[in-house]
Amino acid sequence: MVKTKFVTQSDMKIGLIGDEDTVTGMLLAGIGHVDGQGKKNFLVVDSKVHIKDIEEHFHELTARKDISMILITQDCAELIRRAVDEFSHSAQMIPTVLEIPSKDTPYDPRKDGVMQRVAFFMPSAMASLGVEI
Amino acid sequence: MSQAGGQKPAANRMTLQTFKARLGGASKGFKLLKKKRDALKAKFQALLKEIVDTKLKVGEGLKDGAFSLAKAHYASSGDDIASTVIERAKRPSITTKLYPDNVAGVSIPLFKMSYDASKDSSAQTLGVACGGAVINAARETYRKAVVSLVKLASLQTAFHTLDEEIKMTSRRVNALEYVLIPRIEDIIHYITQEMDEQAREEFFRVKKVGRGCASSSSPSLKTEVVEKKKVKLQKEKDEMAAAGKRTEAAIDAPSMLATKKDEDLIF
Repeated sequence: MVKTKFVTQSDMKIGLIGDEDTVTGMLLAGIGHVDGQGKKNFLVVDSKVHIKDIEEHFHELTARKDISMILITQDCAELIRRAVDEFSHSAQMIPTVLEIPSKDTPYDPRKDGVMQRVAFFMPSAMASLGVEI
Repeated sequence: MSQAGGQKPAANRMTLQTFKARLGGASKGFKLLKKKRDALKAKFQALLKEIVDTKLKVGEGLKDGAFSLAKAHYASSGDDIASTVIERAKRPSITTKLYPDNVAGVSIPLFKMSYDASKDSSAQTLGVACGGAVINAARETYRKAVVSLVKLASLQTAFHTLDEEIKMTSRRVNALEYVLIPRIEDIIHYITQEMDEQAREEFFRVKKVGRGCASSSSPSLKTEVVEKKKVKLQKEKDEMAAAGKRTEAAIDAPSMLATKKDEDLIF
């Protein structure tokens, strides 16, 4: 019987992978964190960043114990779709991966792994999301 | 639990009681698990609707945020606030707490956001030159967006955890219903059958032996009893052979009741 007991943990950070504007906004709000070794909990993805780097940073964030959730814009998620899907199907609950829309690309619920699962149980979900957003 | 297929337990009252107790335990557990699965499914359905709603809100929040950020960019014309913000990020003023919550016996994680204004110092001096108000407005909008994002993250983890738990509980319910309980019922049926047969045999044996003793102990009657015993033993042997057990050598030993003339002891 796999019973994972969750221990109360405070002071957990929010990871972030996105384009410059999203990261700026979020950092303005105050989720940015740089620790003693210069490790950041965010990554600005522009045209110069390699996909390998994004994937590496994603894996780093998922491995960290003090990160409760990872925000990733949908176009970045598309770039590392394989890694994101692999993580979503693993048994690891923390950190949660959240796909957020970015300024350039509107939110497409069909590509979001979680929404696919939701639509499986509630077929009207896609309609309400696909039509409204 | 019942051993590898074929080996049947001894057919006596004690084993019958044991297996009846097991059946009772299994059926009770089955009912409880079904209830748990139904409760989880109901919670799950409620979650779905909430997730869709929160996702919409998040979309809205981020749209507003992007809009206010554009305004801030416009206001602080010339200065590039983006790089400054990114440079200055040191300690987060927004952190999350992880709480385990209990839903129908399942422990699901929940996130709670805590905002500490005192750690906000890194970005305070941003808009001093120009556009300070717009920058603050942008900050507020994004903060609101983060609130709904944290809520969405909580819902998502709950969703995943419940999904897994429902799958596992369903598996157990099905296993009980289609494998374990029929097996136990089978065994109980077999034991009761065997016990009935034994009772019948005993009754028959007593009748026959009683009749044999009442009349003269003629060899013919004795042979009758012996034949009947031999038939019964043969039946038992066949049964056990069918069940895969090896027949014991003792059965092949000559019966003491055989009408064999003993050699006279001559000293």
